[in-house]
Amino acid sequence: MSTHKGRGEFVDDIPGIRRILKNNSRIAVVGLSANWYRPSYFAAKYLKDHGYRIFPVNPKYSTILDLPCYPDLHSIPEPIDVVDLFQRSERVEPFVEQAIEIGTRVIWMQLGVVNDTATKRAIESGIDVVMDRCMKIEHARLFGGLNLFGVTTGIISSHRPETLRQGSDRQ
Amino acid sequence: MSDRKFGVETLCLHAGQLPDASTGARAVPIYQTAAYVFDDADHAASLFNLQTFGNVYSRLMNPTNAVLEERIATLENGRGGLALGSGMAAQMVALLTLLENGDELVAASTLYGGSYSQFDVTFRRMGIDTRFVNPDDPENFRRAITPATRALYAETIGNPLNNVLDIQAVADIAHDAGIPLVIDNTFATPYLCRPIDHGADIVVHSATKFIGGHGTSIGGLLIDSGKFPWDNGNFPSMTEPSAGYHGVRFHETFGDFGYVMKARMETLRTLGPSLSPFNAFLFLQGLETLPVRMDRHNSNALDVARHLQAHPYVEWVKYPGLENSPYFDLASRYLPKGAGGIMTFGIRGGRDAGVRFIESVQFLSHLANVGDAKTLVIHPASTTHRQLSDEDQIKAGVSGDMIRISVGLESIEDILWDLDQALSSACG
Ligand SMILES: Cc1ncc(COP(=O)(O)O)c(C=O)c1O
Repeated sequence: MSTHKGRGEFVDDIPGIRRILKNNSRIAVVGLSANWYRPSYFAAKYLKDHGYRIFPVNPKYSTILDLPCYPDLHSIPEPIDVVDLFQRSERVEPFVEQAIEIGTRVIWMQLGVVNDTATKRAIESGIDVVMDRCMKIEHARLFGGLNLFGVTTGIISSHRPETLRQGSDRQ
Repeated sequence: MSDRKFGVETLCLHAGQLPDASTGARAVPIYQTAAYVFDDADHAASLFNLQTFGNVYSRLMNPTNAVLEERIATLENGRGGLALGSGMAAQMVALLTLLENGDELVAASTLYGGSYSQFDVTFRRMGIDTRFVNPDDPENFRRAITPATRALYAETIGNPLNNVLDIQAVADIAHDAGIPLVIDNTFATPYLCRPIDHGADIVVHSATKFIGGHGTSIGGLLIDSGKFPWDNGNFPSMTEPSAGYHGVRFHETFGDFGYVMKARMETLRTLGPSLSPFNAFLFLQGLETLPVRMDRHNSNALDVARHLQAHPYVEWVKYPGLENSPYFDLASRYLPKGAGGIMTFGIRGGRDAGVRFIESVQFLSHLANVGDAKTLVIHPASTTHRQLSDEDQIKAGVSGDMIRISVGLESIEDILWDLDQALSSACG
C-alpha cells in the first residue's frame, strides 16, 4: 500500500507485512515456473488457494495454474497490487521499472532476492518494498500454517489468531 | 520499525502459542488425534505436495507438538524445531538427515554413554563411521576431519564429566570444513546457553531432563538454526530433488528452514519416532517455569559443590561453576548465569564407600536420570558403567569413587543434611 506522501516504505515488520497481505489481492508473479516442484509454483499455488488473484508473468508459457500467462507486466489487462519477483537479484531492475510504469502498490522480492538500488528506486516512486522474504511463508507465518510445522513466527499475543480477509482460507 | 525482542521468561510462557482459534482455550489443548480431515481432493494434494502448510497425520505433525517445537526453536534462537519421541531419537533424526552410508562423523569422546553407543555401534553398522576425539582441545576435531566427514557433534556440558565445550572454536573448525556443528544442549538448556549464538548449526535435547523438569516423560527436540549454507556443495540431498519426498528440493523450496523440513518429511516420516501429544503437553508445562527452576538448580548446585569441597569425606568435586575447575573460564563465557545442576564428586573409600553412600541416602533418589526437580544420585561404577572393565571405566572418566548428583529444588538445608548423613554412614 503506497503512502500518501508520495514515498514508499521498506516494510520488514509484522504489522507492515500483515497490512500488505490483507489489503492487496492482485498479484503478478514474475518468473513463475510451470514445474510443480519449483518454489515459485509452490508459492503461486498457495496464494491462489488462499484467495489471491494470480497473474503469471513468464514469456515461456501461455498458461500456468490454469491461468493466462503474460510475457511482461505491461500485457496484464488489469491493475496490479503486488509485483512478486522470482528473479535473480542482479536481474530485478528492469522489472522494477515496469512495475513503476504500471503503477503497482507493492514490489515483493522473494527469498534470496536482494537489490538495494532497485529498492531505493521503487520507494522514491511511491511503492512499498518487501525484500528477501517469501510471500507464501509470510502469509503462513502471520495467518496460520507455518506454526503447524514448528517454524518460528515471532508472534507473541494473547489474542486468538487473526483469520484471513477472504473469510475462508480457500477459494 | 522493528518487532519487539521479548525476554526469555516471556518466551518460555508464550512463544509458539496463541489462544485456541475455535474455543479460546488459554492453555495449550492436547490434540489427541492420529489424523486430520482434508477439505477436498485438491486440498489433500496440496498438503501432500507441501504446497500448503497443514495437518495430515500425527506421525508428521500435531498442533500440540507444534507449540513445543516453535517454543524451543524460539528459545534456542533457531528457525524451526521438531519434537521426537526421546533424546536418542532427536540426535538420530538430526544426524540421519545429513549422513549416508560412507559418510563420517567426528564426535566428542566424552558423550553420554547412550549417545556414544548410538554412534559407535548402531551408526557404524549402517556404514556411518564416527571418530571420537577429546573435546578439550578443539583442534582435535580439525585433525579428525576427512573428506567424508559431514558433521561435528558434542555436548555443551558433557555427561557425566561436566566438561564444558568451547563451542565457538569447534563451530569455526566445522565451518572451515563446510560442515555443520551439532550440539547436545541437554545439560545447559537454552536458559543457560544458546549454542546457536556461538556458531552451532543444529541443537538437540533430551527433553526428558530439565526441559520437562518433572521426570514424567521421555522426549527429544531438534532445532535448526536456519543459518547453515546447505548449497555449499557438500549436501546434495538438501539441494537435489528428494528421493524420500516426491522430488522436493528442500533447500530451494523452504530456504532457511529446509533442513528441519527434511528432518520432518523424510527422516521422521520414514523412521517414525514421533512424540506423543500428551508428552508434548507435559514438556510445555515444564518449559513455562524453566528460568525460575534453572536459577534455583544453579544456586543449590553451587552450594552443594562448595559444601562437598570442604567435606572431610570428599576427595574431589567436579563442577564447572567452581573457581578451581579447569572449565571455570569456559563456564564463565558460555554459562554466565550458572553452570547447571549436575556435578560429580569422589568419595573417600572408593567403590565400596560409593555403594554404601548410595544405600544410605534418605530422600535423595537413587536412579539413572538427571534434570528432575528432585535431587538424584547415582554411583556409575556399580550401575550405568558396571559392564565396563576397570580400564574402560577409567577411559570413560568413571572412577570407582565417583558419585553423580543432579541437584534438585528441595530446601538446600535438607539436601546438605541428607548428603552429610549418607557420607557419615558410608565413611564414618
Ligand atoms: C546428554 C544426554 N543426551 C541424550 C540423552 C538421551 O535422552 P533420552 O533418554 O531422552 O533418550 C541423555 C539421557 O540420559 C543425556 O543425558
